[in-house]
Amino acid sequence: MSTVYALLFIVATIVLVLGLARKIVQYAKTPAPLKIPTTPAPVTQAGVVLRMFREVVFFESLFKSTKWTWIFSWMFHMGLFVVLARHVRYFVDPVPLPIALIQPFGIYAGFAMVAGLGGLFLRRIFVDRVRYISAPSDYLMLLLLIFIGFSGLMMKFLVHTDVVMVKQFFGGLFTLSGGELPMDFALIMHLTLVVVLMIILPFSKLLHIPGIFFSPSRNQVDNPREKRHLAPWAKKLEES
Amino acid sequence: MAKAKFETPELSEFVDVPNIEEGAMSHSTCFVAKPEHQEPLNFPGERVEDWHDKAIEKMGDLLSRYRSFRVYLDSCVKCGSCTDKCHYFLGTNDPKNMPVGRQDLLRKVYRRYFTFAGKYFPKLVGAADLTEEVLDDWYSYFHQCSQCRRCSVFCPYGIDTAEISMAAREILASVGIGQKYCNEIIAKVYKIGNNLGLPGPALANTLEGLEEDVYDEDGVAVKYPLDVKGADILLVTPSADFFAEPHVDGLIGYGKVFHEAGVSWTLSTTASEAANFGMFIGSYENMRRISLRIREAALELGVKRIVFGECGHAWRVAYSFLNTLAGPFDFLDPDYPVPQHICEFTWNEIQQGTLELDKSENDEMTLTFHDSCNVARATRMGDTPGGQFDIPRNVIKAVCNNYHDMEWDTIHERTFCCGGGGGLLTDDLMEIRVKGALPRMTALQNVMNEKGVTHMAAICAICKSQFTKVLPYYGMDMYQIVSVHQLVSNAIVLNRKTPPEEAPGYGEDDGD
Repeated sequence: MSTVYALLFIVATIVLVLGLARKIVQYAKTPAPLKIPTTPAPVTQAGVVLRMFREVVFFESLFKSTKWTWIFSWMFHMGLFVVLARHVRYFVDPVPLPIALIQPFGIYAGFAMVAGLGGLFLRRIFVDRVRYISAPSDYLMLLLLIFIGFSGLMMKFLVHTDVVMVKQFFGGLFTLSGGELPMDFALIMHLTLVVVLMIILPFSKLLHIPGIFFSPSRNQVDNPREKRHLAPWAKKLEES
Repeated sequence: MAKAKFETPELSEFVDVPNIEEGAMSHSTCFVAKPEHQEPLNFPGERVEDWHDKAIEKMGDLLSRYRSFRVYLDSCVKCGSCTDKCHYFLGTNDPKNMPVGRQDLLRKVYRRYFTFAGKYFPKLVGAADLTEEVLDDWYSYFHQCSQCRRCSVFCPYGIDTAEISMAAREILASVGIGQKYCNEIIAKVYKIGNNLGLPGPALANTLEGLEEDVYDEDGVAVKYPLDVKGADILLVTPSADFFAEPHVDGLIGYGKVFHEAGVSWTLSTTASEAANFGMFIGSYENMRRISLRIREAALELGVKRIVFGECGHAWRVAYSFLNTLAGPFDFLDPDYPVPQHICEFTWNEIQQGTLELDKSENDEMTLTFHDSCNVARATRMGDTPGGQFDIPRNVIKAVCNNYHDMEWDTIHERTFCCGGGGGLLTDDLMEIRVKGALPRMTALQNVMNEKGVTHMAAICAICKSQFTKVLPYYGMDMYQIVSVHQLVSNAIVLNRKTPPEEAPGYGEDDGD
């Protein structure tokens, strides 16, 4: 059983990395022929970095839009971020100091994450506009994340999992030396769902993760008068 | 089709976010382009036999050429942030007029043909085949979008429905289903030189008439020159400025500003149109071809600078795209940005003190300013971000005593479209135009009630035409919409007097 999970994780990692890399290369290679930043936009590259930072870390545009969606999704994403950081300790030894320091916060973050996801789920059901635009996959994606968070919290508060054993398993995975996974229901559910998430990420709307960085309305400098912008295919029009 | 009866929404103090009403605007459509409108633009004259395959092929082509299109189709998480931001949704309750609802009409087809999930699990991810019904929906709803970009302000990924809408229209035109209004106009630009089909002699005649009018009124011979070689400035302005009201009052204003600034300027018959409807139909090639006329005119006349008149989407094409489409402009004076907006020009002159302005001339009006969507969210004026909001207001405040802004969430980057932009300014789309104006009309009525505003100024030919038509539907007066340079024109004191021999008609009446 542990071998099956070892293989699953290897496959999921390969799918995730190659799948994402493929999309990133595709985005990077597709030209943006026109300057279309949503203005007012920064007039320098440094300004663009700052705008992107505010967008990625604080969800600036969403904040401007609707406070409920903002608070739920920010709780979820920041919770997930801290939780992921907290998980680093299961994969590296010795545990770096910052990771050790955030351990207690990771617990709160786990709750925040699940609460945020719950809010987003309710909103999807109860706001008629959002219900209208939701496909089954939109609900399932939230449920998947909710169950990942829930099973994770279960291991902490309900049925303790042998974390040392888990760490040995993943350590073994890196060195391909093998290791045994404790066969707890919560852990198996947690890991299975994480594998599913990793595999669907490059084929789903989770492509918003690389997508934001390639969004021309957010990543372009507002300087079209000063600097001529020309896509390769547009250049060919001039030569013909 | 165009005659469909509809009810004008009632104005109240707030625009409530409505409950969705599926299919509320599915009947809306506009005339399809005829072969003579399609072919000059290099589109097939009629719907092609294999439209299905051709449309998918075109979508693939656009996906490989436009990063925006590809990234935006992939990235949407259906968070709902944009759902209550579109004026057409707020005015019609139709969920396909929510930005994401509109995008999904295209996205579901993209997923079906171009993504793994959509190919193998279409139901799960909301993917759908391209059918006749989907095609009809595209034609209807992508002509209920004014490409105003308000949704892109609020999208956490900056997804811009305008980009999707442009792509959809390009796909439609490329399988032979173009929109008559836009394509007929573009064909006219190619044939005659401007949207209104005004030939050179008529233009010269109109401008002479303006010179006489100004001379009669002010006793000063302000020139409205056409095709003057060696002039410093080429003015490119929307052709509506040549005779439509209140547009022409703006043109009169530009001329007076140039006159008082003491610069030489000219209009051009080659580039007698600032508008570029190539943008509305999403066609880079057509947009480029239209833009190249301006380069040609600038070279032909040997000017040093290019200035654009009051027009929203034209300023977007000019500010954001002109350098790309028709540049480089290294043959122009490097001391000035290329191109410049007339408001930038006027504001510079005001700051330098070259203009004497009598604000009291506008005292019978209390003004507010409508930020035109393309100017607000797709361009800039001046050196600092947000100059596109400040400079026109600065100009207005320099020529008027009474000014009040509308509510904060309806101006600047959050401005609401007039309802007629993006190629919808046609009578066959009257219903969507009227309903889409609801949020702007609400904000205008509020500022009228609370601050006693009487007039609304704008710097866009489409906004001006749209409001002229739509204001009466909401019980307001069509003359409440004014040009910014009309206000300048009222206030400017003409100090550069005319030598008698330069007066219009001098020497013609020698018989007396």
